[in-house]
Amino acid sequence: MKTNIKFIQGNEVFAKAALYAGVQFYAGYPITPSTEIAEILSEVLPKRGGKFIQMEDEIASICAIIGASLTGLKAMTATSGPGFSLMQEAIGYAVMTEVPLVVVNVQRGGPSTGMPTSVAQGDVMQARWGTQGDHSIITLTASNLREAFNMTVEAFNLAETFRTPVILLFDEVLAHMREKIIIPGPGEIEVVKRLRTSVPKGTNYHPYLTREDGRLPMSDFGGVHRYNVTGLVHDMWGFPSTDPKVAYDLLHHLVDKLENHAELLARYKKYYTEDAEILLVSYGSSTRSALHMIEARRKRGLKIGLLELQTLWPFPRQTVRRECDGRSHVLVVEMNMGQICQEVKKAVSEPDKVFLANRIDGIFISPVDILRALNMIQGKGV
Amino acid sequence: MAVKDYLRQRFFPQIWCAGCGHGIVMGGMIRAIEQLGLDKNEVVLVSGIGCSSRVAGYLDFHTMHTLHGRALAFASGVKLGRPHLKVIAPMGDGDALAIGGNHLIHAARRNIDVTAIIMNNSIYGMTGGQTSPLTPFTKRGTTAVFGTIDHCFDIAQLAKGAGASFVARTTTYHAKEMIKMIHDAINHKGFSLVEVMSQCPTYYGRKNDLGAAVDMMKGFRDGTVRKGSKKLEEHPEFVERGVLVNEARPEYVSSYMDLIEKLRGERENLEQGAASR
Amino acid sequence: MEEKKEVIINREWCKGCGICVAFCPKKVLDLDDEEKACWVNPEKCINCGLCELRCPDVAIELE
Repeated sequence: MKTNIKFIQGNEVFAKAALYAGVQFYAGYPITPSTEIAEILSEVLPKRGGKFIQMEDEIASICAIIGASLTGLKAMTATSGPGFSLMQEAIGYAVMTEVPLVVVNVQRGGPSTGMPTSVAQGDVMQARWGTQGDHSIITLTASNLREAFNMTVEAFNLAETFRTPVILLFDEVLAHMREKIIIPGPGEIEVVKRLRTSVPKGTNYHPYLTREDGRLPMSDFGGVHRYNVTGLVHDMWGFPSTDPKVAYDLLHHLVDKLENHAELLARYKKYYTEDAEILLVSYGSSTRSALHMIEARRKRGLKIGLLELQTLWPFPRQTVRRECDGRSHVLVVEMNMGQICQEVKKAVSEPDKVFLANRIDGIFISPVDILRALNMIQGKGV
Repeated sequence: MAVKDYLRQRFFPQIWCAGCGHGIVMGGMIRAIEQLGLDKNEVVLVSGIGCSSRVAGYLDFHTMHTLHGRALAFASGVKLGRPHLKVIAPMGDGDALAIGGNHLIHAARRNIDVTAIIMNNSIYGMTGGQTSPLTPFTKRGTTAVFGTIDHCFDIAQLAKGAGASFVARTTTYHAKEMIKMIHDAINHKGFSLVEVMSQCPTYYGRKNDLGAAVDMMKGFRDGTVRKGSKKLEEHPEFVERGVLVNEARPEYVSSYMDLIEKLRGERENLEQGAASR
Repeated sequence: MEEKKEVIINREWCKGCGICVAFCPKKVLDLDDEEKACWVNPEKCINCGLCELRCPDVAIELE
């Protein structure tokens, strides 16, 4: 029997997972440390009848996948910080026009070109607020390659379910590390198909009329329903409108469709939390050091646990509050200057008990770094 | 079908100023598509931002009103996604040549089968008359009240240099010629570009004392000559009209479909896209 | 002989730019008191259709 056990690189896992989820179209522009995703898909997609195109920049890349998604294809791109910055305009367009797509951002040191081959988690807020105007967005991450596989499939599923761009916020360590992974067989993980309208030809189809269950069935460009897509405030037919009620309702719809489901969208993992007096909160590759440190301390009798966030946006406020309240200390472990730490502080009852253990110098945060921070907040010195 | 049958009539009268050339170009597009006998469901219009971009909303096809300058990038995704569709990008001169310049030259280089219709009125109309990369040297706009010291592009030469395999230029005065050019551009397999010199009486005309729409169109009549005309030798300032490039070169999407066929050993019915409808 | 087509002007859509009037080869069109295009000399009309092709407002049809 053919074994599906692989020892492969993170970027290859993201690409394999995207294929598992049914990606049919990729457009991208080379950038470290995400480039391998494009290289792999450029080879595999045409073999499967899918499409790959290397565009002139990241702006064009995301525009192309929006166009392709509207023709009915599952579409994605991958990039890193500088390219992610260029994509923000069109991410806003995809939010506004409710086009499903997946953007992988393999984070590296920033701002600007920063540290191209070093790890960082500095794009958390950019994923949330990089494009202008009130909106909501889904952002997922993972700390190991098995989970990265699952989250990538999940990203495509959620993009289709909620008709929204989904950001996969990975990082350089995860993308370039190798790990043993068992590639799931067909059917092992659910793959959500695009919901298409059942409205027959000749009957009015409203591309932006929400169904009772909150969903918006799509119709492919080239199909029997002709409609308009615009980044302007639009009515249920997709035509521009300056009616204040239309604007109000649309903005609420765009935000509420995700924020009202924040807990449903919350993906997280708990380690040793049951009796934990001290709780670490982490996400992405920094979770690995947090878990390592916890397991070492547990052996010495320290009651310490970990909450790993896999959904970063919409922020799982209730989950974080529930898990953090009542602990003596909460220590947020991340590789930026406190982007998620601030969110945790906003979510909990006692924000004064929330502290930050971080690194921002391009060096992967180590268990010792976290232990030092823990000692400091407990008054034990460094 | 009548011209009206292609319009989303509830949005008429249209938004453009009296005498704006863009409506003439829109009419030309409709007539070209009608002559080609294309099914409405086969046609996708992808526009950017500006006065020109409004064309998309007015016509009863699959339509996308996208971001400033990005129409050809979106259009490339649509075309590669569903190769059987006819993808047309109505654009303005600032839209296509300033903010969208990079996408334009790369679409041309790839020779992807998309038709760009560039309405060149030498100005940014929607924002109120600022100079564009197509405002000629010394002409005025609200951001160059003393006359611009910028030099302008020659769209046709630029597109040719970038690799477009069909390039044509005409004006709103030459309405019949325009219809034929748009017709041939859509029919052309490869990247095609039609530059239509279009009048903006409200801003460009007024700022540069060019008179009303009629006077500006007379300017197109008197200031342009057919390709290869002998007049051009005597008057090099005249603008040449006609099909300036028409070559057969491998087209991007066809080449991609050939690659799929080669790798899979069969030509699948991928023309309809990989998704079921 | 083919029957002569009528020049139908949609007054709701006409913005009175005067393009059809200025370029009509037989001068059969004019603007009326409300600045709307008007087919004033039908007998001289040669049905060339240039007014229709050049109307920016899609307000002219030959029927």
